Amino acid sequence: MNSNAEHILETVAGFSHIPDGAFNIRHNGKGVNMRSSVGISILPRKDGKGITVKIRPGTVGEIMHIPVVIDQSGIIDLVYNDFFIGEDCDVEIIAGCGIHNDGVHLTQHDGIHTFHIGKNSRVRYVEKHYGSGGNAAKVLNPVTNLFLAEGAHMEMDTVQIEGVDATKRVTKANLLANSTLVIKEKLLTSGKQTAATDYEINLNGKGAGVNLISRSVAKGESTQEFLSKINGNTECQGHSECDAIIMDNATVTAIPIVKANHVDASLIHEAAIGKIAGEQITKLLTLGLTQEEAEAEIVNGFLR
Amino acid sequence: MLELKNISFSVEDEQTGVRKDILTDVSLSLAEREFMVITGPNGSGKSTLAKIIMGIVKPTGGRIIFDGTDITETGVTERARMHIGYAFQQPVRFKGICVTDLLRLAAGKELPNDEACRYLSEVGLCAADYINREINGSLSGGELKRIEIATLLARGTRIALFDEPEAGIDLWSFQNLTRIFEKMRNSHNSAAIIISHQERILNIADTIVMLADGRIVKKGSCDEIMPELLAQAEPCEIGKTFCPDLKRLT
Repeated sequence: MNSNAEHILETVAGFSHIPDGAFNIRHNGKGVNMRSSVGISILPRKDGKGITVKIRPGTVGEIMHIPVVIDQSGIIDLVYNDFFIGEDCDVEIIAGCGIHNDGVHLTQHDGIHTFHIGKNSRVRYVEKHYGSGGNAAKVLNPVTNLFLAEGAHMEMDTVQIEGVDATKRVTKANLLANSTLVIKEKLLTSGKQTAATDYEINLNGKGAGVNLISRSVAKGESTQEFLSKINGNTECQGHSECDAIIMDNATVTAIPIVKANHVDASLIHEAAIGKIAGEQITKLLTLGLTQEEAEAEIVNGFLR
Repeated sequence: MLELKNISFSVEDEQTGVRKDILTDVSLSLAEREFMVITGPNGSGKSTLAKIIMGIVKPTGGRIIFDGTDITETGVTERARMHIGYAFQQPVRFKGICVTDLLRLAAGKELPNDEACRYLSEVGLCAADYINREINGSLSGGELKRIEIATLLARGTRIALFDEPEAGIDLWSFQNLTRIFEKMRNSHNSAAIIISHQERILNIADTIVMLADGRIVKKGSCDEIMPELLAQAEPCEIGKTFCPDLKRLT
């Protein structure tokens, strides 16, 4: 890998050398290196378009890395990664995709991740998206399908901080009894970038709960659209919160939908869009920051 | 050190177009390490005056001189870098910015944990409980107020402006608050301008300035002004009617 690829790897997956534990590195549309561990088995799909991951029941404390790096202009990569997580596991999966496009062609990665999480298992899934390089388009369209069995818990941290020209992010989840899902989305767009997120959460089992928190910053001429739909189909709890800072000439749309199909479904949505509060800027000016430094601190804190 | 020369500030009523005077011909001087308390009725222009000194509001007339230099036209950032500090009456909330971030920004450098903890301890907060807390709606008004004061300690000021520091602070309060003011003066050589109605804060002032209707109506030492202030603090008509034994309100 060249320095661009190594930089991406460090940015999206947080490592500069091969990590301990299970991993799969995909580079320019091909799996280039992988390793299974005692509890985590990785099998490449026969068509080369992704991996199947099986996590043995009772696997606890393992961390798995599955970064994707594209630094060749013109690659359009469609990947299917399927995860079967046994019962009573507690694992962390660090995904992420970065595109460095110095060429002239559209470069795109569409990663379709499907998680089947066994009873009483806990999974933390971290996903970072990043783009760098010239003006040619860098596009990322992640799809995440989640199936949580009884008592399962998943925390999904999804971050896209810079450089991605267009993204459409689709997440669908089905939760059985007493399972819980926490999604934290952080998104920053600038220039003429576009970002659309689309969540559909089905709370199907008694006692299921979701907490969906999205924070985004839209700068320049960029456009963002946030759509979340929570269906409460039984006694359950759902909360979604979309909080956006809008700057310059950007556009932000937030469409939170909560649908109660059961009398004991308790669902809340909140959506707030606004520019940085003037008093926040003033406070930081009184600490000696310039206007630009104050804005940067507020944005960085907001997206932390 | 700081001189206000004939400061005026007026605003135009959006509906009538008539200009309204908020401050008129206010002149003051503040010496090194002087502890000045500005008091007066609501709407007398006290907060506006503090904002004018910090540069948040620009006066419509008059000059501000700091260490012999006219700083009337300088902005908030420049004045902050001259070590003029300002504690808001209603501290600002942030999403995602933690107490430690604000202290770091105030200090203008990376802050070792023990130093950040010291500032929090000074204002009566257990550092372990607060250092990583977001400065958001989960903090009470009193907690925010104490954190606000801690940022001024971290900042290291030559002039510290406090806009009603006692508001929202509980009984931890006055003894510690006045101790902090003393420490700022004695250990950090900072002067202070404090907007307050509180007798216990007024009692430790070197100078008390009374504002009414945007003008200075009295100025003098604590010994000169306090007896007069306390004598004026008679109960209102309702108080006289329903609490006839009440001699005065403090």
